Amino acid sequence: MKPRHKKLAIIASGVTALGVAAILVLNAFQSNLVFFFSPSQVVAKEAPIGKSFRIGGLVAEGSVQREDSSTTVRFAVTDTAETIPVVYTGILPDLFKEGKGVVAQGKISANGIFEADEVLAKHDENYMPPEAAEALEQAAKAQKASLAQ
Amino acid sequence: MAINWFKYSSPASFYSLAGKMIPVFVVASVILLVAGLYVGFFVAPTDFQQGEAYRIIFIHVPAAWMSMFLYVVMAFWAGIGLAFNTRLSSMFATAIAPTGAMFTFIALWTGALWGKPMWGTWWVWDARLTSELILLFLYIGFMSLQAAIDDPRRADKAGAIIALVGVVNIPIIYFSVQWWNTLHQGASVSVNQAPSMATTMLMGMLIMVLASWMYSIAVILKRTRVIILERESHTAWVAELRKKEAVR
Repeated sequence: MKPRHKKLAIIASGVTALGVAAILVLNAFQSNLVFFFSPSQVVAKEAPIGKSFRIGGLVAEGSVQREDSSTTVRFAVTDTAETIPVVYTGILPDLFKEGKGVVAQGKISANGIFEADEVLAKHDENYMPPEAAEALEQAAKAQKASLAQ
Repeated sequence: MAINWFKYSSPASFYSLAGKMIPVFVVASVILLVAGLYVGFFVAPTDFQQGEAYRIIFIHVPAAWMSMFLYVVMAFWAGIGLAFNTRLSSMFATAIAPTGAMFTFIALWTGALWGKPMWGTWWVWDARLTSELILLFLYIGFMSLQAAIDDPRRADKAGAIIALVGVVNIPIIYFSVQWWNTLHQGASVSVNQAPSMATTMLMGMLIMVLASWMYSIAVILKRTRVIILERESHTAWVAELRKKEAVR
């Protein structure tokens, strides 16, 4: 082996070793790297109960209720399997919408309601003009109608 | 006729080759930038969810892609320089770092500006955002370490080690949105899937990506030329070059 090939081999094995180390470290920290917990995880008590944590999922359709006199909002976060009721006082981000992604930070109270101090919108990776979105919705409706028949 | 590639690994001949290439890439980047911004701001339709705010993707996505790609290229050339002791590859790596750092900064900064109205926050410590911030620190670390060492050959070696160690961060950035729950959305454009984006929007974005490439190549070649002149200032060919410039 020529010295420069030896050097290249040392560098390559060094990088590989680092990569493996990184994978192991990331695996060990898996749970700490999670930005939010899903409603199912909360129901399964995987989330830190009693401490502040984040919950993420979709805003359940038809669940958003605004109080007239204040900025308090009640809604439910769902991952289609489980649903957690949330109460929040404050201004919601632009992308907050029923059926869309949301991440809320707060605590579960004794009565099982998630009291949020911060609500963030999590949107998806789809980009399209409004007309296309409408067409998709119509197509979905038509499909539902034909399934119902 | 076989091209003698090794000829261009000498700083002197690369210097003149780069000089000829730079204008081509400058012109290409200007044309693509104008076309990309035009498509992005006038042709591409409004988004159904985000309204006009989605137009950040025409800057943010190319910048984020370049920040990762340039890091890999930088680490590759730094590694080659370390393994084979080739001066030019190390100079090239040094020349890439500031452009990579700039794109990383643009990605973080535009993301924050967009995040405030869309997500409701400037910044969150999710895996994607944090790993991209680490990338910025890696670039800054690489540059400051090289600047702190007076002997350029030793600076190259030390920098190469930082660059190679930092490579593990690149797949972490890229796959963070798949591996963990993050606030940042998943990829709209990927290798193994049809893009989840309207065609004109995608076109605008891809033209901006090409523009960023052309810009990066032009700037990096220019910076490499400057580094070559600095480091080879004691050689005969630079002295000759100086004489020629003085006559002109």
